[in-house]
Amino acid sequence: MIVGLVLAALLSMSVPDITLADLERRFAAGSDTVFVVNFWATWCAPCVAELPAFDHLARTSRSYGRPVKVLLVSLDAHRDRSTTLEPFVRKRAYACEVVRLNETSPHLWIDRVDPAWQGSIPATWIVARDRRVLHEREFTRRELIDTVKSFLSRSPR
Amino acid sequence: MTTTIGRIGIVLALVLCACSMMMAQNPIAPEGVKIGDNAPEFVLKNVDGAVIGPRTFAAAKGLIIVFTCNHCPFSVKYEDRIIALQREFAAKGFPLIAVNPNDTIVSPEDSYSKMQKRAADKAFPFPYLFDETQVVAQRYGARRTPHAYVLLRTRTGWTVEYIGAIDDNADNAAEATQYFVADAVNALLKGTKPAQPMTKAIGCTIKWKKG
Repeated sequence: MIVGLVLAALLSMSVPDITLADLERRFAAGSDTVFVVNFWATWCAPCVAELPAFDHLARTSRSYGRPVKVLLVSLDAHRDRSTTLEPFVRKRAYACEVVRLNETSPHLWIDRVDPAWQGSIPATWIVARDRRVLHEREFTRRELIDTVKSFLSRSPR
Repeated sequence: MTTTIGRIGIVLALVLCACSMMMAQNPIAPEGVKIGDNAPEFVLKNVDGAVIGPRTFAAAKGLIIVFTCNHCPFSVKYEDRIIALQREFAAKGFPLIAVNPNDTIVSPEDSYSKMQKRAADKAFPFPYLFDETQVVAQRYGARRTPHAYVLLRTRTGWTVEYIGAIDDNADNAAEATQYFVADAVNALLKGTKPAQPMTKAIGCTIKWKKG
């Protein structure tokens, strides 16, 4: 069913909503997968600038010796979905799954991701079964690959 | 006499040296201020050319300081709410100071001349200061725009009483259910402490100088 939803989303290039609880379920289901979750928004220029690095990571995700799943989690507002977010996603056609975070009260949910997160974006959350790291920073392609490799080396299956 | 002066000179030189070494090791607390800390004093250039800071507000009971900027869409979403805070609370003794901490090479939209234009276009009823060296943002530990601080006057200066978001809905002011800055100021006006002294929000990173 999840595969079906993902396929449907890819085909229509619509951007479905996701909650943090949904994300946690995805993490739990993909027990061997390392999730690279990038929090971004179309209005955030440095976020948009680093998206190609995540696209590259997704396109090369089979070369890490372990499943790597790149998930772009947009923080765009609900009302900007069809006018801004979905046209942007269609145009860029990245190899990453794109979802929109459906949470209110950021003063509560930011801490649920990581209490150390100050709330600025871009922010990238690398999640494995045994370990989670939140990077509140921008990445170049090289830095992103090195960070993911370093995470994998310290996170044996 | 000369020896005494010489000794004082040496002692002073040593003290100055020690101070500058300490400063070199820890120029600024990277985590910034915490609730209850003394708020750092500063003076910065306003869009009208005046050099002002917290001390300028001699009669204020407290201050609202908002790190914000021109370019960040979240800051733009909050502009009218920042204006409303000034309109409501300046008269009650808590004037607002907006501070733009962004490096203008990284973010040309946030240059001093563009700040002047934005302040004029929106008729900002508060000072809009340029933190050109970014020292004020670093001392306060501001991490994003907008990032609000509420200070309370003490006998000798100011204490930090609130750090965080303006309210709980950036996208739609009408749908906000919690007004953190307003609630904090109202609590302080009543002589109590803010119920939620720290909150988080999504925002743009501060554009720090590179290299």
